[in-house]
Amino acid sequence: MSSEQKILSTDGIPLEESLKKAEKKNKIKAFLLVTPLLLFLIITYIIPIADMFSRSIDDKMVTNMLPKTYKAMEQWDGKELPPEEVFEAFYLDYKILVKNKTAGKLQTQLNYEKNGFKSVLKKLARKQKKFEEGNYKEQIMKVHKRWRNVDYWRAIKRRAPAYTYSKYLKGVDMYSNEDGKIVQVSEDRRIHRILWSRTLEVAFFVTLFCFLMAYPIAHLLATLPMKYSNLLMICVLLPFWTSLLVRTASWMILLQQQGIVNDFFVWIGLVTNDNRPEMMYNKTGTYVAMTQILLPFMVLPLYSVMKTISPSLMRAGKSLGATPAVAFFKVYFPLTIPGIGAGCLLVFILAIGYYITPALVGGASGTLISNQIAYHMKSTLDWSFASAMGLMLLTGVLVIYWIYNKLVGVDNIKLG
Amino acid sequence: MALPKYTEPHYRIWHYFYLFVCGCVFFFLIAPLFVIFPLSFNAEEFLVFTDGMKRLDPDAFSTRWYKDMIYGTKNPWGLAAKNSFIIAIFATIGSIILGTLAALGLSSRHMPYKGLIMATLISPMIVPLIISGVAIFFFMAKVGLAATHLGIILAHIILGTPFVVITVTATLSGFDHSITRAASSLGSNPFNTFMKITLPLILPGVISGGLFAFVTSFDEVVVVLFLAGLDNTTIPIQMWTGLREQLSPTILAVATCLIVLSVLILLTAELLRRRSERLRGINR
Repeated sequence: MSSEQKILSTDGIPLEESLKKAEKKNKIKAFLLVTPLLLFLIITYIIPIADMFSRSIDDKMVTNMLPKTYKAMEQWDGKELPPEEVFEAFYLDYKILVKNKTAGKLQTQLNYEKNGFKSVLKKLARKQKKFEEGNYKEQIMKVHKRWRNVDYWRAIKRRAPAYTYSKYLKGVDMYSNEDGKIVQVSEDRRIHRILWSRTLEVAFFVTLFCFLMAYPIAHLLATLPMKYSNLLMICVLLPFWTSLLVRTASWMILLQQQGIVNDFFVWIGLVTNDNRPEMMYNKTGTYVAMTQILLPFMVLPLYSVMKTISPSLMRAGKSLGATPAVAFFKVYFPLTIPGIGAGCLLVFILAIGYYITPALVGGASGTLISNQIAYHMKSTLDWSFASAMGLMLLTGVLVIYWIYNKLVGVDNIKLG
Repeated sequence: MALPKYTEPHYRIWHYFYLFVCGCVFFFLIAPLFVIFPLSFNAEEFLVFTDGMKRLDPDAFSTRWYKDMIYGTKNPWGLAAKNSFIIAIFATIGSIILGTLAALGLSSRHMPYKGLIMATLISPMIVPLIISGVAIFFFMAKVGLAATHLGIILAHIILGTPFVVITVTATLSGFDHSITRAASSLGSNPFNTFMKITLPLILPGVISGGLFAFVTSFDEVVVVLFLAGLDNTTIPIQMWTGLREQLSPTILAVATCLIVLSVLILLTAELLRRRSERLRGINR
């Protein structure tokens, strides 16, 4: 057989080709198996998340409510009071809104832009029924003197674009003022920045506490003989499998003022019976409950890494003259770093998006950014703002996720 | 862990200190669960240990809260339990089917873009629940599935599949693919091979993934809070409302039942894990 001659398979096709064909077939087969889940997730999950973005920048509501006004405003430079055409167009648009009973939405939206707009608009809604044809500028200005103030017209004009990034600015306590400059809201109204920093702070400290508590017990579990460690492992796995609400409920019982923890403090004489400290409905409650709830997520990755470290390494270090402490920090600790990274990032990601526990035991000073998102989803119904805040949070989490993926790889996640 | 005789005293002290710290952490982990159990048998309406309970007086204990949970008038727990089980069972079945198929594809060495696809499939586990809740709510509202069982089941399939994908992929990592090839060479069609060869071998992984999916669905409250209407109330929702408004001992009775359930699930999961390790020959 000469070297140029191709090797043929039994059915006469060159072997290389038929292997390639088989390879391709296998590729398609593998991909087809993944397709149902992938499609399902893309349709029901990935696209809706992407859709949150368009919702968060969407500002068509006001634009669609005042079509004629914005058309007339195109020519207006915003320096002085707008011309008669704008007044007329606004009167016509507003008349339709009042007739359709949707004027309330416009009032709310414009009030966001300029405080005090709501009452002005409400008055106009009552008075406009008696308007005569022609010279609308005079008639509108007669209804309320604020219509002579050009700031109110500028406020309307600012809502002209169909898209806005104002919700993102609001998420970090900033807004674009009358001149279009981005400025900070007044000191006493910067609630969101407090929430962001508190969320980061809580996530950081919960991760730290979890690490400090998980490291010794993971080490113990990894070094004890199997029959003891299996038993102790249940102490880690049982809370892991137990309902989050059950665990939160037990902390609510423990931490209440007449609760067992306070009883214990009184008993050992740390505090007197009359001034039992408030441990729930504040940050303490959030810290304690979240640490206990997230602890298994730190123990399990640490344990699975420590399990693979041979005890003879420490012995070798000691036999070469290292003290136990030196052997630990020079030999053992560096080997556990992958587990530490995995555990810390897992706990941090979970903590940063926590909702249920802070809402129940956190009170007002223990609520986190997720609670704010839920509040806007359910109470104020400002869904675009909730979407914007959600995406800001998601961006942060994805950055951490990316780091996690670089450090340990997502397919290295172990569950129990 | 007995220390050797030649251990120096300061190291000995350090060792006992270490054991003490470990003991405290284990206590911190497990003790809160045991508070609920005695208090759920409290005869009084308070959530503190009464003097009678401290004296172990039989009159201080009663099962009235369990009776209230089951027979109580206008009690939501019956409906909630029914809904929870229906939703969790269907969500588990859905997660198992979709997740196992995907895991089979992912663990094939021919799979293109493995990292990217894996990251996408696992993303519901990483994205904070509140964001998942908002996104899924928008989707379900758009397609008219908000406040329906189907909508909640689909949402829980989204949240449950990552667990199945992870556990089944892990089981398949030790899988010997030559036996499926042997089956095909003996004339078995792919479906038959899967049912008779692959599935029995990966079953422990599938079931433990299914358990994760079940627990995720059964315990899930954030997404359900957005999606559920009055007819779709579940146990977690009822607990959430109960805990927010007032802590009644009936909730503790429910919580005790849930702890018993989680003990059962834990035992099943542990047995499966050991069986799977034995089957794959990793028994140490």
